[in-house]
Amino acid sequence: MKITQGKINELLSEPGCEHNHKKDQKGKNKSCTQQAQPGAAQGGCAFDGASIALVPITDVAHLVHGPIACSGNSWGSRGSQSSGPMLYKMGFTTDLSENDVIFGGEKRLFRSIVEVAERYNPAAVFVYSTCVTALIGDDMDAVCQSAQKKVGIPVVPVNSPGFIGSKNLGNRVGGESLLEYVVGTAEPEYTTPYDINLIGEYNIAGEMWNVLPLFEKLGIRVLAKITGDARYKEVCYAHRAKLNVMICSKALINMARKMEERYGIPYIEESFYGIDDINRCLRNIAAKLGDEDLKERVEKLIAEETAKLDVTLAPYRDRLKGKRVVLYTGGVKSWSIISAAKDLGIEVVATSTKKSTEEDKARIKELLGKDGMMLEKGSPQELLRVISQTKADMLIAGGRNQYTALKAKIPFLDINQERHHPYAGYEGMVEMARELEEALYSPVWQQVRKPAPWDAATDASLTDASLTDEADGISVSVIDNVSVSSATKSVAGTDGISVSVIDNVSVSSATKSVAREVL
Amino acid sequence: MAVVSASKKSVAVNPLKQSQPLGAAFAFLGLKGMMPLFHGSQGCTAFAKVMLVRHFREAIPMSTTAMTEVTTILGGEDNVETAILTLVEKAKPEIIGLLTTGLTETRGDDMEGILRSIRKRHPELLPLPIVFVSTPDYKGALQDGFAAATESIMRELPQPGEVRPDQITILVSSAFTPGDVQEIKEIVTAFGMTPVVVPDLSASLDGHLEDSFSPTTSGGTTLAQLREIGSSVYTLALGESMRGAAEILEKRLNTPYEVFPQLTGLDAVDEFLHALATISGNSVPEKYRRQRRQLQDAMLDTHFYLGRKRVSLALEPDLLSAIVWFLKSMGAEIHAAVTTTRSPLLEQLPLETVTIGDLEDFEKLAVGSDLLITNSHGNAIAKRLHIPLYRQGFPIFDRLGNGFFTKVGYRGTIQMLFDIGNLLMEEEAKEQHRML
Repeated sequence: MKITQGKINELLSEPGCEHNHKKDQKGKNKSCTQQAQPGAAQGGCAFDGASIALVPITDVAHLVHGPIACSGNSWGSRGSQSSGPMLYKMGFTTDLSENDVIFGGEKRLFRSIVEVAERYNPAAVFVYSTCVTALIGDDMDAVCQSAQKKVGIPVVPVNSPGFIGSKNLGNRVGGESLLEYVVGTAEPEYTTPYDINLIGEYNIAGEMWNVLPLFEKLGIRVLAKITGDARYKEVCYAHRAKLNVMICSKALINMARKMEERYGIPYIEESFYGIDDINRCLRNIAAKLGDEDLKERVEKLIAEETAKLDVTLAPYRDRLKGKRVVLYTGGVKSWSIISAAKDLGIEVVATSTKKSTEEDKARIKELLGKDGMMLEKGSPQELLRVISQTKADMLIAGGRNQYTALKAKIPFLDINQERHHPYAGYEGMVEMARELEEALYSPVWQQVRKPAPWDAATDASLTDASLTDEADGISVSVIDNVSVSSATKSVAGTDGISVSVIDNVSVSSATKSVAREVL
Repeated sequence: MAVVSASKKSVAVNPLKQSQPLGAAFAFLGLKGMMPLFHGSQGCTAFAKVMLVRHFREAIPMSTTAMTEVTTILGGEDNVETAILTLVEKAKPEIIGLLTTGLTETRGDDMEGILRSIRKRHPELLPLPIVFVSTPDYKGALQDGFAAATESIMRELPQPGEVRPDQITILVSSAFTPGDVQEIKEIVTAFGMTPVVVPDLSASLDGHLEDSFSPTTSGGTTLAQLREIGSSVYTLALGESMRGAAEILEKRLNTPYEVFPQLTGLDAVDEFLHALATISGNSVPEKYRRQRRQLQDAMLDTHFYLGRKRVSLALEPDLLSAIVWFLKSMGAEIHAAVTTTRSPLLEQLPLETVTIGDLEDFEKLAVGSDLLITNSHGNAIAKRLHIPLYRQGFPIFDRLGNGFFTKVGYRGTIQMLFDIGNLLMEEEAKEQHRML
């Protein structure tokens, strides 16, 4: 399969994706076709996206055809976990030299595939093209084909040069390779009327293992996991499932839609985060599989699990009630996490809508209420400003923003693919509550915001300088005069806005309790 | 003395090396008000950034020209221009470090020409220094990129000036941590000298809280310091890979230089302090005389555990050489050595062979040794081979305080001795337990 401009356009205008449906049905939403902005872009490339989508297949050797940067700067760093083979955690690359760039890298690629297949006995070899190998015109598909004949195991080309677009497009490119070369190439030993596939769930931090036992209890069989903790073989027979369940991601929607076209498998889009969502997910699966008995079992399980959760979560709910968070994440998570937060009594005061579809946005509006803010932009400065303005207690975002928050002395919870804790399913709710509680109530916040005693003495006299800050009048109590003063001092410097933000935060959160008492 | 052999296989398995652009950006991060700009696809920046963030647990400023398929074919001038203008508007850097990647080097963008024409179109950029370095991904490794960026800085920024007898330029290679740089600054200052350190990672990646958010590096060598390098009386290049940068200063500004390949171990530190005493005309401060006796004592305490131990290392050349010589000086034996890129240091190592290769080579060669020394990727190998791992190099993502760790000077050497000694002592205890 060649990646041509036509193919890319097709993936970008994927009809199954609501990103491409504007409310008024006119024109196309630009978010997918938008190009990365020089000097401003921060995200990963298409190769990154393809790796995210495919590397979780654990018994496959993932071979990167390119210079050292693509593999050398990224291998082994992804958070998806395995219950068995560890081959996927190894970094294989052709590590192109200058000579290869000049004379072509095809021979090296061929020999590399053979070496990997012989030495590591993989179920298959996935070969990823990169910018340089695309640019020098290596015919990767042909090399894969002839190598496959030689080694006798599947050799799957993934045409994922970084410069074709974003991580999101890369996910879909990965999906295309599975559709083209893997799905439908083997038959399962047996099928049941309760066979489903999970698509777009990558078992980050072992999250899937919170959910699989629920399916097992209900008698639902997960035929293929695409791709968290998957074995190559199960993806081959994914075409025999009765239902595709897409998890928290539009990323692989092209797979779901095309499998519906080719194999008549219907798909639903669900989320595992938050009690309401996991309940809805189980109910929808039962409804789609259309089995009355199953529906009953689902209701029974939901009743049991929610009752159990109410008991476990009670102490956390007490501690988390009324806490205010700013959420910065993409797509479906922008609303599914709001619903999880609400379950815990936490108020989401602002959330990002950068990668959300119209449908996502409608749900966000519903969940946030009229006071909630929807953020289109998410530079660190902007996030800090919003946190300050909304007097939020913490930031929930991807790892990229971890240090934006921590350096500004703001509690932080990692919600994206690098995270270390599983938040999916009923058990995940408890984990999330525990993490939130730990972050918010850690004794370090007070200490890291505390000025040195010798500074406190001198700085306190400066507080009358220029306390012009908005709406914070009451809450500026004796406790935090000091950090206010240090903030205002630096405001006088060059970079007014971004500077003033940070210390406001420490002021507002540290003194909020005081302010409440006053009111 | 050592034969340098390169791996004969086609495929690299579990790469040890990282790319040159990552190394160049890393060096740039030691300048104040810096924004490194990768001329490549956005992933080049994202991967490098994630690695540095995981290693240092710090916010890392880094940006991209976001090349696409089309702009690659048409040439990257527009993207470079837009990126620079956007950064100037949004991040207000004091200096930009522009580096190429495999993509744009393969395409062959004429960077000098592009920069000239951008400067012509935008006279308002005149006061903004843009240091350019060519770093194709398909050549060299992190250490080479780091050195190349430092060389570019030395070519472009230092101005001739009247020599000040107390000012000394210190060039620090990628083998040294921010903690190392801090210790080096303290030592030099104790001799009454004023060090200008390039790149000064101790002021940007040492892990400290600032009062305010900064989209660029909040500390590091300042522009003013860089320009005044011409006034230095001497250049000390720390790490062999800094020799090129020191030579540039000698050629451009007539500053004499000396290279110190390592600053760990009694002899190495002795030589360094002796040189500082000679250059400054001041005698070695009492503090270090005391530390020297402490180190000698620590060597006595630890030699039981290190003597005759077989150690396997996989590190970049500068760091590899430093630790190999140090271990030899403690009576340990080198079982295997794997590295990433060529260096004149490799042939001189007291070993039979050094392999330029990957961690697969390392895993094979390390069988039968008592201790592994490499980055965090060595953890899986340590588990498979049941050999303890001492983490050094880059990246280290499963240990805290990588910016803080110090291995130079007498004090740093003591730290490293105790770290390694403790690991081996623990292993010995386990061994005895098994025999019971």
